[in-house]
Amino acid sequence: MATAAAHQTHGTEERRAATAAYEQAFDTAVAADERIEPRDWMPDAYRATLVRQMAQHAHSEIIGMQPEANWITRAPSLRRKAILMAKVQDEAGHGLYLYSAAETLGTSREELLDKLHSGRQKYSSIFNYPTLTWADVGAIGWLVDGAAITNQVPLCRCSYGPYARAMVRICKEESFHQRQGYELLLALSNGTPEQHEMAQDAVNRWWWPSLMMFGPPDDESAHSAQSMTWKIKRHSNDELRQRFVDICVPQAESLGLTLPDPDLKWNEERGHYDFGPIDWTEFKEVLKGNGPCNEQRITQRRRAHEEGAWVREAAAAHAAKHSDRTGARQA
Amino acid sequence: MTNTDWPLWEVFVRSRRGLSHTHAGSLHAPDAEFALRNARDLYTRRGEGVSIWVVPSTAITASSPDEKDPFFEPAADKPYRHPTFYDIPEGVKHL
Repeated sequence: MATAAAHQTHGTEERRAATAAYEQAFDTAVAADERIEPRDWMPDAYRATLVRQMAQHAHSEIIGMQPEANWITRAPSLRRKAILMAKVQDEAGHGLYLYSAAETLGTSREELLDKLHSGRQKYSSIFNYPTLTWADVGAIGWLVDGAAITNQVPLCRCSYGPYARAMVRICKEESFHQRQGYELLLALSNGTPEQHEMAQDAVNRWWWPSLMMFGPPDDESAHSAQSMTWKIKRHSNDELRQRFVDICVPQAESLGLTLPDPDLKWNEERGHYDFGPIDWTEFKEVLKGNGPCNEQRITQRRRAHEEGAWVREAAAAHAAKHSDRTGARQA
Repeated sequence: MTNTDWPLWEVFVRSRRGLSHTHAGSLHAPDAEFALRNARDLYTRRGEGVSIWVVPSTAITASSPDEKDPFFEPAADKPYRHPTFYDIPEGVKHL
């Protein structure tokens, strides 16, 4: 008995020592800016943080198809329609890159979709706002995709290899999204007074929600510090938000449109634009599910999934039948 | 019918003739034919490829990261396999 107990203690200690060695190797790799790959040992919390962030990111891509797809049938020209369809298709593609990157962490796409449909995982709150006019398609491209790019470019250097690689592909494609939106707004801004007004109204409605996309202020951001240590995140929310504001001000001037913030002005001392306070109550309400379109977005997503079930089943049945036949022929 | 989870495929894309296929990512598809078509739509929307391979993910055998050091160790102590190992007098050309 005594021998067995001693043996057991010895085993636990060995395991503990092994874990410590793995942890050390992980920390060293992250500190040296090396990438962590799927089959490497990683702390459970690192894995969980990545799954949470990548799932939310993937969900945002596919939910984000809805507000824009709303305008495909009513695009004002064939050129604009073809562009918008290509953009919405890209968003589906981005979702798929991210779901398969998330799957390398040992979770399945089915499981992630299930969590989205049951509300256990979130998507970006920006997609809970409605697209009321054609100009909203332009404002989304310029501001929403612009904010996404500001957030995503640093993710190309994220410590987790598959996530970083997916982000490289995504960022290359986002650039077209942003430019088509800007061009669309420019055309409206230079058009009739009504078109100009429509563009201005869209920018007025999308500006503040776009600033909220960077997440809560640094002192209230729950996961930021740990994610920075793990090099999942490279810059703080406030830092990225400031970068975005600084980029947008001159772009708005070139559009001939104004940004809806009376406090927006250049601060010589800081070398940045100052901007007014963000309404975080609105942000929290939308996150809680009380935005203008939360219900509509998730209902539409569930319906699309359920109505597509027969296609998935038919394809699986066809594949099974085909492989049976091939098997029979070979036998 | 709940078990419609399509298997996972790894996608390899040849970006242009003369280059080898490189791993682009993965996707789900019910069979090889669908996997090829999905791969075309997912990984070559902007002319990124002239040829695609799809391989069931389960068909890939990988070396284990745990045995990284012992597995690759035989190559580590053979610097004489590299051209820079050799001292050649300055001025000797085409070598």
